[in-house]
Amino acid sequence: MELNAAWADQWMRLSAAALSENRQRLTTLDREIGDADHGENMDRGFGAVVEKLDADGVPETPGAVFKTTAMTLMSKVGGAAGPLYGTAFLRASTAAGAAPALGPAELVAVLTAARDGIVARGKAEPGDKTMIDAWTPAVDAAVTAEAAGAAPLEILTAAANAAEAGLAGTEPLVARKGRASYLGERSAGHLDPGAASTALILQAAVSAAEEAA
Amino acid sequence: MSVGLVVVSHSRKLAEGVCELAAQMAADVSIAAAGGTDDDGIGTSLEKIMAGIAATDSGEGTVLLTDLGSAVMTAESALEFLDPEQQPRVRMADAPLVEGTVAAAVAAQTGRNVAEVTAAAESAGASYAPDGDAAGPVSGGTADSAPSADGPEPAAGDTASGAWTLVNPMGLHARPAAAVAQLLADLDAEIIINGVDGKSVMMLMTLGLRPGETLSATATGPDAARAVELLGEQVRNGFGEI
Repeated sequence: MELNAAWADQWMRLSAAALSENRQRLTTLDREIGDADHGENMDRGFGAVVEKLDADGVPETPGAVFKTTAMTLMSKVGGAAGPLYGTAFLRASTAAGAAPALGPAELVAVLTAARDGIVARGKAEPGDKTMIDAWTPAVDAAVTAEAAGAAPLEILTAAANAAEAGLAGTEPLVARKGRASYLGERSAGHLDPGAASTALILQAAVSAAEEAA
Repeated sequence: MSVGLVVVSHSRKLAEGVCELAAQMAADVSIAAAGGTDDDGIGTSLEKIMAGIAATDSGEGTVLLTDLGSAVMTAESALEFLDPEQQPRVRMADAPLVEGTVAAAVAAQTGRNVAEVTAAAESAGASYAPDGDAAGPVSGGTADSAPSADGPEPAAGDTASGAWTLVNPMGLHARPAAAVAQLLADLDAEIIINGVDGKSVMMLMTLGLRPGETLSATATGPDAARAVELLGEQVRNGFGEI
């Protein structure tokens, strides 16, 4: 199994499918503490990524797939998730460079760069009840797995599981960033929609790698 | 060519409206609207911003003005997407959209560089703050500089003053305010008009001077007499509106 351009392409397609399936769930989460557009925005954004990949043909490297994804998300999503996920994939693209496939170290570099891009753009910290609360444990788990000599699929699986746990951990938090922060204490008791979409996207990366295996 | 501007808003109509307003005061400045998503829904689009930068940067640079939250993030992302060659001359101003765009447009119209246009936009944000602090009327330097109010007048050079009644039917509205600020911009003189900085279009607009009211100016510096003379001419001519 190789994390090559075909994997990256399939990752985006499975992300689109998962976001489409969970559109209502994300929008419901966002209605509770935000402006009820996250499901729709993410579905539209990743739908546009798939259209773009269909129209242009699959690029030759994972980095090129990420760049197409970044550009499309920033133009099509509309809300804050556009520049945040767009920056994540843009930085991931830079980290992946021209490598035809990602080994364990490159994979960790890509995930770290994506998370750092979101932090730089959104200025959120762990505990603010944002997508960072899914990304940061995911990156930490990836780093630990890679250090223990894990293969790419195991690293991705560790990251996706940690993101899912991070998502669950957003429920009691009081939001300090974004629209949800306007609610103050009332934002506690709800899952963060951005962390929820992050968990779905990282799980899609695992599924794409399993299919390729 | 002057520095260009891109107005980034969640709304296509809002971006176009701000461009329209600013263009009235800066006819020669290239100003692009980048409002709404690609399908003109509410949101911001990287493609529209990138297209706006491409259309307005003549080599002198472009300043981006933004409205809320994700517009700022999308504009920052656009800067990250630019070629390294172009990056240094494309800036984002931390300024309120309408006031910042108008102030930036006037600064660009008067030939300011990209850093100065950005600074003009950012200083426009103070215009509507309550009295006092940095936003308060400029008081001839005595508030900020070393000499005490009781001390001798600062030896900054000549001073000149004048007062005239506004004769044009609309008073000191946006277009004449911009005209006055532009007229004074290049002169080597500090000029205070009814207690505010005469080179700041936004401060002049906040005066809300109406027809029949008096415009009083005091200028200090080498070009003081010239500044007062030119200003008086403009006021007496009704800013070309009569």
